[in-house]
Parts: sequence; structure tokens; C-alpha cells
Amino acid sequence: MAEFKLPANSRYNEVPGNYYPAPSAVRIKTFKVYRYDPDSGDKPRVDRYEIDLDRCGPMVLDALLKIKNEVDPTLTFRRSCREGICGSCAMNIDGKNTLACTKSISDVKKDVNIFPLPHMPVVKDLVPDLTNFYAQYASVQPWLQTRTPAPPDQERLQSKEDQEKIDGPSACILCACCSTSCPSYWWNSDRYLGPAALLASYRWIIDSRDDATGERLEFLQDSFKLYRCHTIMNCTEACPKDLNPAKAIAEIKKILVERTV
Amino acid sequence: MSARERPLSPHLQVYKLEYTMLLSILHRATGCALVLALLGFVAWLWALSAGPVAYACMTTVLGSVVGKLVLAAAVTGFWYHFTTGIRHLCWDAGYGLDKAQARRSAKIALVVIALLSAASLAVMFCCGGRS
Repeated sequence: MAEFKLPANSRYNEVPGNYYPAPSAVRIKTFKVYRYDPDSGDKPRVDRYEIDLDRCGPMVLDALLKIKNEVDPTLTFRRSCREGICGSCAMNIDGKNTLACTKSISDVKKDVNIFPLPHMPVVKDLVPDLTNFYAQYASVQPWLQTRTPAPPDQERLQSKEDQEKIDGPSACILCACCSTSCPSYWWNSDRYLGPAALLASYRWIIDSRDDATGERLEFLQDSFKLYRCHTIMNCTEACPKDLNPAKAIAEIKKILVERTV
Repeated sequence: MSARERPLSPHLQVYKLEYTMLLSILHRATGCALVLALLGFVAWLWALSAGPVAYACMTTVLGSVVGKLVLAAAVTGFWYHFTTGIRHLCWDAGYGLDKAQARRSAKIALVVIALLSAASLAVMFCCGGRS
């Protein structure tokens, strides 16, 4: 059953957060960042950091790195490529899931609120535990499965049109912005696979070279795994790569119907 | 790994109310509310069959300010659920799922709901029969 309130150990506005004022500066932006330290055992809190924008890069990730390097080295978050291709720095910025490295600070009009991806167990600060998310991805068996022998002296080729079908879904970077933006996933992440895993499944269902289409569809034919999607469309709104998981899920539902007719 | 239970990151508390989730939750809410409204409709039918005294009583209730407000809400809720329901049917058939299309269809749906509701309410309250 959906639990709308946060559990007692997760309420983040009961403990006052720390305040780190900026040294004299002209353009100051305040970053309010969710903090949780598993070692202290304290409840989560929100710290306020004032940043001199004239001494900071343009992206939210630049500000987070500046805080970590110059203000508070205990701030913990994932990051790697800083160009929107690794998906590590996915978090909730200004109320919306996105990548810190591709989100412009100037896009946020007021204070910049930064929280971990929603409705996930928090390991530390902005680092959510993605174990379940990855397990769901693995459960759709995201690899090519064939029953026919490979052609003797060439690769398994496909037409340009067939390749174009999977160009979109293949570009998913598994940042989890979509799944953790989905209210249905919030309430049912134990049984609903969520947009990211379903997009991955769709990518293999429509792959012209894959022979396991039947088994893949069979696996998804379940009132929870697939059909907890109610086409809310938060996933498509959130995707930082501009992909369309909602459309992929609708296509899977269509294929399942066509198969039984 | 620490044995202490990890906190749950905030969700409804921090997520910006996107038009997507607003329209979706309203679709559900109106669906539930309309089931209740249907009970009211059954009550009205019952009064109709129970004779002139019961019917006059029901007409008084429905004609009161509160009754009119409930009727107006039910009619608006009906058009809301009807219109967004068609939007969902289109999606289920595979149409209109692109981000730009969905945003546009949301705007169109809201205009259609406003027009249909205004027209129905105008007919109900201006041309409605008085006994």
C-alpha cells in the first residue's frame, strides 16, 4: 500500500542543518542540500551553502564539486563523466530528477534544492542505494539471445530500419531519473519493474536479431511487472537524454495485446 | 554495511507537481468521486419512483446551494474523467505519446473540459425545468 508520509527516521526537516555563508561576493546563490550521515545515526537534514557564482562553473555539478573541494569535504555524491553520458550524478534538483552535470544553475530561479533520487534508500547524502534498480534491469536479461547459429563468415546483420528502431532505447544511460520520478514506482518498486527496466526490455523485444521475444513478453505478462504503468508520463518528462520510456511501455502493452488476438 | 536502517529519500515532499502527475491523479480522483455521484443519481431515481412527496424533497435538496454545487462538481468531474479517459485510450492505442504531443493534448483536454462543463452547467442552471 502506498505510504505517502516519510518514515520517522527519514524526515529531513526536524534537525536544523548547517549554514555555510559565502565570503563577500556579488552574485550569491544558495544551495540547499540533503545530508545524511550513516555513521552519526542522526536524522537527515538540509545544509545551506552560499556559492559565489563568479567563482563557480555553470552547472549544478560544478557547484557541488566546489562545495566538496572548498567548503565541506564530507559532502558525498556520485559523479564521473561530467558530460551526461555516465548517469552517475542523477539527483533531484529543483524538484525534478535530472543529471547535475547537464543542469544549468541559471535554470533555477530561486535557491537550488538538491535531494537524492526520490523514494530510495539513502546510503549517504546524495547517494541512493540502486541495488534493486540494477536487479530489475538484470531481470529483463538485457543481452542478445539467439536460437539460430550465427552466419559462418559474418556478423548478425540487420537493416538500417531495424537498427533505427533500437537507436533511441539503446541510448539509455541507466541513471534512474525516470524510474524514481514515477509515483507508481514509488509505491510498488518491489514488484513493478519501472520505466528504465521496461525500456531496456523493449529494446531487446524489438531487436530484429533477438530470438527470445516470446520469453521476454511472457516474463512481462504480469499485473505488477508491467501493468503498474498507468501512463502518468513523469518518466518521459524526467529523462535527461530525452528518451521516451512511456512510449516504449505502451508499445510493449500493444504487442502483448496483438499477440493474444 | 551498517545494520542501521537506511532512511527513505523524500518523494512527494520534494517532487515538483508536474502537469503529468496532476492530470493523472485528478483522473483517478474524479473516477472515484463519480462512483459516489452515481449513488446520488440512484437516490434521485429512487425518489422519482417513490412518489411526489419524495421527489419534491429530493428536488429541494438538489436545488439548494450545496446541492447545486455538488451537481456542478459532478458534471465537471464527469467531463474531466470523460476527456482524459479518451486521452488515455489514445495512448493505449499507441498515439500521442511523444513529449510534445502529450503536453499539447493536456492543454487541449483542459480547454475541452472547460467548454463542455460550461455548456452543460449553462443548460442545467439556465434552461433547467422548475417544478
